Amino acid sequence: MFGLEFPPINEILRWQDIAPSFNKVALIAVAAALIGIILFLLASRKDPSVAPTGSRNLAEIIIEFIEESVVMQTLGKSGLKWTPFLLSLFIFIFLCNIPGVIPIIQMPATARIAIPLSLALLVWVIYIGTGLKHQGIGYFGHLLWPPGVPVALKPLVGGIEFISTIIVTPFSLTVRLMANMLAGHILLVTFALLTEALLLAETSQIFLVPMSILPFGMLLFLTAFEILVAFLQAYIFAILAAVYINNSTMGHAEEH
Amino acid sequence: MEAFSVLVAQASDPDDLKNIEAAAGAGMAYGLAAIGPGIGIGYIVGKSVEAMARQPEAAGMVRTTMFLGIAFTEALALIGFVVFILLKFA
Repeated sequence: MFGLEFPPINEILRWQDIAPSFNKVALIAVAAALIGIILFLLASRKDPSVAPTGSRNLAEIIIEFIEESVVMQTLGKSGLKWTPFLLSLFIFIFLCNIPGVIPIIQMPATARIAIPLSLALLVWVIYIGTGLKHQGIGYFGHLLWPPGVPVALKPLVGGIEFISTIIVTPFSLTVRLMANMLAGHILLVTFALLTEALLLAETSQIFLVPMSILPFGMLLFLTAFEILVAFLQAYIFAILAAVYINNSTMGHAEEH
Repeated sequence: MEAFSVLVAQASDPDDLKNIEAAAGAGMAYGLAAIGPGIGIGYIVGKSVEAMARQPEAAGMVRTTMFLGIAFTEALALIGFVVFILLKFA
């Protein structure tokens, strides 16, 4: 009807299983984990006393970036022990996102909800665990009623705080990562389809075929933009995890 | 909206009609969901640029807070996008 058939969502996001219950998305996730591990193992093998080269250089840049702009900005100096966790979150999410713009592969593994959801639940367990470790069972009291709430408002504030900390936080972490990558993926599919449809159009209007340069230019621009988004989403996921962990440890500081 | 009414008038198959209505609703849902966050993100980034220009030495801190604010605001638009996907494809 529109002269352009958009494929059903299953065709965009689902592939034939390579092995039983193991498809391309799972393969990308496994590859992302392995590439991250191998990069840092190679870097740790090198002699730390000489000037860094190659993989060690890259690893040091990434670690420095996480320390400077994620940990120090949110958790402060005492939070430097969280660097390994936030670093692995960042590396894994970035390596899962970036296949979205690599030709031939072209599928961000985080566009399927399973990976963002399990990562968000991991962060959820960790920040609640941190709260319990730092503040004991009183953590739930701090969580529901921030200090200074009038008694009359306690049921209302408690309900709102419960929903926002326990339910909305992991939900928004999941949806933010998944929807960003899915939106980018669908945008790339749309412009690739437009380019193809204009290029292969069977029409008497001669100027229509060269017009395919327009959506192709947009496709190139969006691919560059998706590289930025892949990096930014990994960064935002790591920094939000750090903020939530910081909120769990903060109640402790307020008591003293 | 006129284009949609023309399409609806042409559609004889009830399945087709349902698809057209879903597409119209999905487009409307995302369009409405994008208004608020659009204004919000513009406001956040504008104020951050203002702050960075006034105090360039605090740029790092402002940038981090700006990204946090954008992430929270953007979530609303993204929920609208998820509704769009659900209406269009589910």
